Amino acid sequence: MSFKIFKINEDLKEFMPQEIIDLEEKATWGNPKRGVMDLPYSKELLEEHSLCAGCPESAAFRYILASLPNPEDTIIVNSTGCTSLVFPHIALHTVHSLFGNQSAIASGIKRTLEWRFPDKVKDVIVLAGDGAVVDIGLDCTLQAFFRQEKITTICFDNEVYANTGGQESGMTVKGHVFKMAPKGKQWDKVPMWQLAIDSGCHYVARLTVSSPKRVEQVIKKAIYVAREVGPTYVHLYTPCILEIGLNSDDGLEEMRRTDKERFKFFEYMTDAAKEVIERKKKEGLI
Amino acid sequence: MQKTEQVQYNRAGQKIVSPEYLLFEAPRTKHFMTGSEVVKEAVKRSSVDASVSYPITPQSEAAHMIGELWVEGYVGVYFRGESEFGVMSEIAGCAMAGARTITTTSGPGTLRAMENFPMWAGSRLPIQLVLMARGINSPLSIQPDNLEVSFLLDTGCMIWHAETAQELFDMIIAGFVVAEQPDVHVPIITVIDGFFISHTREAVMLPPDDIALPPYNPYKAPMPPIDMEMSPGRFLRDPYVMKSNYISYATHTSWQFEVRAAIERSRPYAKHLLRGLIEEFGDPEGEIVFVASGTAAAQAKEATQILIHEEGIKARVVRLKTLRPFPTQELIQAVQGAKYIFVPEFNVVGWLEREVRRALYGHVDIPVIGSPRVAGGMTMPPEFIVKEILQFLGKEVKHVV
Repeated sequence: MSFKIFKINEDLKEFMPQEIIDLEEKATWGNPKRGVMDLPYSKELLEEHSLCAGCPESAAFRYILASLPNPEDTIIVNSTGCTSLVFPHIALHTVHSLFGNQSAIASGIKRTLEWRFPDKVKDVIVLAGDGAVVDIGLDCTLQAFFRQEKITTICFDNEVYANTGGQESGMTVKGHVFKMAPKGKQWDKVPMWQLAIDSGCHYVARLTVSSPKRVEQVIKKAIYVAREVGPTYVHLYTPCILEIGLNSDDGLEEMRRTDKERFKFFEYMTDAAKEVIERKKKEGLI
Repeated sequence: MQKTEQVQYNRAGQKIVSPEYLLFEAPRTKHFMTGSEVVKEAVKRSSVDASVSYPITPQSEAAHMIGELWVEGYVGVYFRGESEFGVMSEIAGCAMAGARTITTTSGPGTLRAMENFPMWAGSRLPIQLVLMARGINSPLSIQPDNLEVSFLLDTGCMIWHAETAQELFDMIIAGFVVAEQPDVHVPIITVIDGFFISHTREAVMLPPDDIALPPYNPYKAPMPPIDMEMSPGRFLRDPYVMKSNYISYATHTSWQFEVRAAIERSRPYAKHLLRGLIEEFGDPEGEIVFVASGTAAAQAKEATQILIHEEGIKARVVRLKTLRPFPTQELIQAVQGAKYIFVPEFNVVGWLEREVRRALYGHVDIPVIGSPRVAGGMTMPPEFIVKEILQFLGKEVKHVV
């Protein structure tokens, strides 16, 4: 439909909580040029959050939601984990169904919305943790890439199962000691960004969320390419400060440190993706 | 003044008619087809938006033919998923986005997909699953058996069990209508016994194929569709989901009770469109009563004829069309006057016997005998059932099985 779905019935306005009124009056709808620079001035699509104080994931959520070019027609599918605690706080249609089936749910939603609304752009985004995307849901993740689903997949990699108390995940770095890996992880971190390239993604990026502007650029590219070409994948490092023994104000430093090593900015795009990105840049949308 | 009627068409160009016209009034012609082919014919007349498929015997052929309907423009979205787990999630995505959906599975695929079924029910998705039962791997089997139904009974889905290809056709159409009622809105699993129904031909009466059900209206659903066409209702400062507090527990509990209550509310709709939740067959005075569903009921009917006409034993069949909701009151009424209740089944655990015992306990004092029971591909010839009865009654067995 349009951002009009956020309009409040005048007769009921006096009973509505302030955050709902703010959504109508101060959020940025119908403006594809919206971005992280709006954060201090506009109503965010996230109403508080339930993550730990200083969690880099909360920063990632805020930057991503601020960067969506078409929030009034964007659906986000998530999965089980720390991220799933945040979704009821998001002012968009979101889904949590099972642990690991997020790409399958998103495939069904995307294809049905294309059938029901052939003349509209409806962006479908998968946003889930490394356990959901790479471990339990790897089959659904890769199969959605193989099928060339026009979906953007965003993985919040904290290198651990944080919500269940700090167990080793496939994205844990070799040698790191976590629960269920009491002798340290015995094998390498899964090169998920490379698997995404090999499985048919047209735009792939790996980065930390230390730079809000860069997150915005990457998210916009990934969404525009998914809309027109095919699957895209964004791999974000959002360290679990709790599980790696850092203080709540240490998250940014941890990301800046890894910016120089295993999360050094990496970007891949196919020719078709490049064409879209160049065109959107010319239009001033990226 | 003459009353004018506006004719409306669905996206496939078929004339939209009421469920009652399609099921009861439209002229029907006779065809000779398999249960798999009948699925195609039912889907063709049901204004289906989306279907996702995966190969497993014996349901594959039905799934292929839904694909043909997609090519012909009768189904909007169709593709092959990666596994039954993926398929049941993909079809859930389609339903969440506002589609009328149908998919099919069998045997082990049902258990591979298992985590999805309570999620469908809890998400109030009126997905239709046609289950062509074949049992599960214990060990590997691809033969007629309906053990997987036992696992589905408590998923929060409605479950109907068709006896014939004709009934499957009518149940698929009625299934969409009942499942999509705003006060029901839970998944519907239409079961047939695989191979017996899917792979054999029988005479089927079909209405014309240029008429179809009214399209699904997702905006009548108790949960808003995930399409960003309605305001999101979940923007909360302090969501109760996954919190460890009393309100969160109470919410989850009441939600689960509500799913079961929704199945109960389907009774009048199902009763209307299926012409009753049970069927009674045979001698109304029968002292031997078979309580059965699906193919076991068909075989029990044949056995009843032999018992009545060749053995002079008063017998009858109470056939259950629906398992969820379970027709408890109808069953209690129907078994009045019985001396013995036999429950013939095509599975090793006797899930229907358990259901019957639970429904009758404290209401009637009639012995329930979970027999005959076959599994793993064994057939259940009527003579075999007759032999069981005669032996039980201490009579001479003339038939050789």
